[in-house]
Amino acid sequence: MKSVIPREVETLWTLFTAPTVWALHFIVCYVVMAIYCAKPGIYGLGFNDFRWGLVVFTLLALGFIVFAGYLAWRQWGFGSDDPPHDAATGQDRRLFQGFATLLLSGLSFVAVIYTAIPLIILAECQT
Amino acid sequence: MTVELGPLLTEEERAAQEKRLRDIWRTPSGWRYWTSVNNSQIGLWYGCTAFVFMLFAGLLALLIRLQLAVPDNDLVSAEFFNQAFTLHGTVMMFLFAVPIFEAVAIFILPSMLGSRELPFPRLSAFGYWSFAIGGVFVCGSIFFNAAPNSGWFMYPPLATDKEQSGIGADIWLLGLSFIEVASIAAAVELIVGIMKCRAPGMRVNMMPLFAWYLLVVAGMILFAFPPLIAGDLLFEMQRMFDWPFFDSARGGDPLLWQHLFWIFGHPEVYIIFLPAIALMAMIVPTFSQRPIVGYSWIVLAAVGTGFLSFGLWVHHMFTTGLPQISLAFFSAASEAVVIPTGVQIFVFIATMLAGRVIFSTPMLFGAGGLAIFIIGGLTGVMVALVPFDWQAHDTYFIVAHLHYVLIGGMLFPVTAGIYYFYPFFSGKKLSDRLGKIAFWLMFIGFNVAFFPMHFAGLRGMPRRVYTYPEEMGWDWFNLISTIGAFVFAAGFALVLLDVLRPKRNVPASPVNPWNAGTMEWLNEKDENWGYRSIPVVHSRYPLWDQPDLRQQIAEGRFYLPDAETGHRETLVTSVLDGKPLQVLRVGGSSKVTMVAAFMLGGVFISLTYEWWWITILCAIGTLISILYWLWTGTAQIPETENRNAGMGQSFPLYVSGPASVGWWAMFITMVGDGTAFASLIFGYFFYWTIHDDFTAGAAGPGMMWPLAAAALFIAAWLAMMAARSVNDRDRTATTRLLLVLALALTLCGTAAGFMGPYTHDMEPTRHVYPAVVWVLVIWTSAHSAVAIIMQAYCLARSFAGRLTGTYDQDLRNVVLYWHFMLATAVGTFATIGLFPSLR
Repeated sequence: MKSVIPREVETLWTLFTAPTVWALHFIVCYVVMAIYCAKPGIYGLGFNDFRWGLVVFTLLALGFIVFAGYLAWRQWGFGSDDPPHDAATGQDRRLFQGFATLLLSGLSFVAVIYTAIPLIILAECQT
Repeated sequence: MTVELGPLLTEEERAAQEKRLRDIWRTPSGWRYWTSVNNSQIGLWYGCTAFVFMLFAGLLALLIRLQLAVPDNDLVSAEFFNQAFTLHGTVMMFLFAVPIFEAVAIFILPSMLGSRELPFPRLSAFGYWSFAIGGVFVCGSIFFNAAPNSGWFMYPPLATDKEQSGIGADIWLLGLSFIEVASIAAAVELIVGIMKCRAPGMRVNMMPLFAWYLLVVAGMILFAFPPLIAGDLLFEMQRMFDWPFFDSARGGDPLLWQHLFWIFGHPEVYIIFLPAIALMAMIVPTFSQRPIVGYSWIVLAAVGTGFLSFGLWVHHMFTTGLPQISLAFFSAASEAVVIPTGVQIFVFIATMLAGRVIFSTPMLFGAGGLAIFIIGGLTGVMVALVPFDWQAHDTYFIVAHLHYVLIGGMLFPVTAGIYYFYPFFSGKKLSDRLGKIAFWLMFIGFNVAFFPMHFAGLRGMPRRVYTYPEEMGWDWFNLISTIGAFVFAAGFALVLLDVLRPKRNVPASPVNPWNAGTMEWLNEKDENWGYRSIPVVHSRYPLWDQPDLRQQIAEGRFYLPDAETGHRETLVTSVLDGKPLQVLRVGGSSKVTMVAAFMLGGVFISLTYEWWWITILCAIGTLISILYWLWTGTAQIPETENRNAGMGQSFPLYVSGPASVGWWAMFITMVGDGTAFASLIFGYFFYWTIHDDFTAGAAGPGMMWPLAAAALFIAAWLAMMAARSVNDRDRTATTRLLLVLALALTLCGTAAGFMGPYTHDMEPTRHVYPAVVWVLVIWTSAHSAVAIIMQAYCLARSFAGRLTGTYDQDLRNVVLYWHFMLATAVGTFATIGLFPSLR
C-alpha cells in the first residue's frame, strides 16, 4: 500500500519549509487586512469575516508546520540519537538535518501564533 | 574513516608540481597587480577600502558631535550638518557594514571551506571595483557641497524636491544602486561557493558555522536589496522625468517609498549583524578550546533570524498612521525575532561554560560587543511596542538604540575579528597590551557617548537637529556624549595604529596561533594557491581531529596537487555530502572586470548629471566588455572530457544545467531580479488600495495589446524550450532556426507591450496610474532586450562551434533566464491588461 506521507527526500530545501510557511502566513495576514482596512466592505464582507477567515488560515498554517515538524522528527530518527550529529557519515548528516528542521518548525509554530494574536484581540482596523 | 591518499612523490616531483601551481596562481606584479582576481587580493582590497570609508564616516560623526556639544553652536552650517549626518549613516551602512562582511567572506571563506577559490573570482573583482567606484563617488560629493542631505533613508517629499535636496539625492540613488550591484554579485558568489565548492567530505552537518551564517545572509541579500533597487528606480524616474510616484497631488504616495526602503532596511540590520555574530561563532569555540555547544541551535538561529527579519519592516513606520492591526502584525514579528537572537547568545555562553575560556583580546571585544548588543536588543524590545514607539520615534532614544545594536552587534565583533584574523594574513599578532587599552577606551567611550542619548531622547530631543537652545535641558547630555565619542574614537585610533605600525620587531606567530580547529588556519600566507592539494575532511574541526592533515596537504597527497593543464582549477562537490563531482576551471587575472566596472560606473555617474550621450557610450562599453568577458572566459570547451584529479579519480571538466555552477549563478541572480519585479507589482497594487479609483478616470492600456504581448512572450519561451531539446539531439540547424524564431517573437512581444500604453495616450507625468503602467512595461522591455542579446549570443556561439549538443551551458542558462522572463512578461501584461477590468 502506498503511504500518504511523503518519502524522505535528499535535499537541503526541506530545512526552509516551516519558516516559508511562516512567511506566507505573515504576508497573507498583512495583505488581507491592509486591503480590507483600505477598502472596507470589499466584496461585501466585514472585518469579522476576514478575521475568522484568517484564523482558519492560521490553523491550516499551524497544521502544515506540525506536519513538516513530524517529517523532520522522522528524519531525526524520532530522537533515537542525541546531537551533536557531527560524524562524517550520511546518517549523521540526515539526523542533523532532521533536528535542525524540527527546531525551525518549533520556532515557526511560535512565530505564527505571535502573528495571529492581533487577530484575536483587535476587533477593528483602528485606523 | 580511511581515505586512500595519493602516492608519496619524490622531492623533485613535488617541487615541479609546486612550481606549476605557483606559476598558474601567481599574483601579477607591477601595475598589473590590480588586475588580480584572486580571493586573497580582492578580499584584502575590499576590507581596506571599506575601512577607509568607515574612518571617513567616523570623522563626520565626530564633527556632528562637536557641533552638538554645546547649545546654539555655529561650528558648522545647518546645510553642512545635514550633509554630514546623511553621509555618515549612508556610508556606515552601505559602504562599511555590508561590504566589510563581503570582504571577510571573500577573503576567508575559500580557506575555511577547503577550496582553492570561490567559483566566480572575476565576479568578485567586478563587485569590488563597482563598490570602490560607487563609494568614492558618493563620499566625494561632500567636498563639492553636493552630498545627499535628507537623511540616510531619503524620505520623499523632502528628497524628491529638487529645490530642497539638490543633486545629492541623485548621487545617493544612483551611487548606491551601483553598489547594490556589488552586493548582489557577492551574494551569488557566496551562495554558490558555500553550496558547491566545499572540501570533499565536508557534509552540511560539518560546515563551519561562519559558512552557515553567510549562506543565510547571502540569501537575505537576494530578497532585501532588490526592493530598494525597485524603489530607487521609481524615485529616480520622479526626480529625472517628473513621474509622480511619490507625489500625492497626482495620485502618488510617499509611503510607498517607506515600504520599499524598509523592506530592504530592516533585513539589512540583520544582514549586518549575522556575519558579525558568525565571527563570534568561530572565535568563541577557539578560545573555549572545545567544539561549539548546540551547532544545530546556531543553524536554527541563523535561518530563523533570516526569515523573521523580513517581518519587521513596518516597525520603522509605526507613526505613519497605518491601521493598528497592521502595526500589530509587525510588532508581533519584532518580538518573535528576539527568540532566535537570544538562542545564539545562550549558545555562546554555554560553550564558554563548558570549555576553559582563554580571555584574549578577541574574546574581550567579542564579549564586550555582546554586552552592548544586549542593551540595544532590550531597547529594541521597547521600541517594538507600538505605544512606546509613538513616544520615542525620531528622538535620540532611537539614535541610542540603533548605535547600541550596530556598534555592539557589528563593530565590536569585527574588531574582535581583526585581532583574531590578523595573524591569518600577516603572520604576526597584534599587540595584546594595546588591544586591551583600546578595548577599554572603546567600551567606556561608547557607553559614555551613547547611554545619555536615551535620556536626551526621552526628554524630547529630536534626531537630526543641527543645534538646540539652552533652555531645552539637553546640554549636559550632549556634552557628555561628545566627550564619550572622542574617547571611543581614541580607542579605535589605537586599534588602527596597532594595525598599521611597522612590525619588524614583532616575532612571527605560529601558523595556527590560537590553536583553532577550522581549516582556514592551514593557510600558507605566502602562497596564492589556497591549498597545495585539496584535502578530504571528516570533522567539524579538522585541525583538532585530523593531526596529519597539514603534512598530507603539503605533500600533495590529496586532490588536484598539480596544475599540468595550465588552468586555475578547484573542485565542485555535492551540496549535502561534499562528494567530488567536477573539476572547475576558474578565471585568472584579467583587466576585463575592471573595465566593465568602470564602464558601468560611467553609466551611473553620467546619469546623475543627465549627460545622456556619455551614458549611452558607457552603456555600450559595459555591454561590449561583459560580452567579451563571457565569450573569452565562460563555458570554454575543455581539451578532454575528464581530468585526473589525483587520488586515483577523474572528474568531468564541463557540466551544464543544474549540475553547473553557472546555472546556479543565473538562478540566484534571477531570484533577486524577480524580487525587484515583485516590488514593482506591489507598487501597482499599493496604488490600487489607496484610491477609490486608482486610474483616476484615465485610459488604461486596454486588453488587446497586453494580451497579445503576453501570448508572444509565451510563444518565444516555447521556442526557447524547443531549441534546448532539439539541441540535445545535436540538430544544429534546427536549433539555430528556433533561436531566430524566438528572437523574432521576443521583438514582436516587446513591441506589442509598448503599443498598449502608447496607443492609449498614457501620459506618465499626469498621474501615477499611467506612470506605474509604463514603468512595468519598461521593466519588462529591459528584460526582453537582455533576452534578445542572450539569444543572439547563443546563435553566435553556435556558429563559432562553441555551443553544441554536449557543450550547451550557454543555452541552458539562457533557457533558465527565459523561465523568469516568462514570469515577468506574463505578470506584467496580465496585471496591466486584466486587472483594471477585474477590480
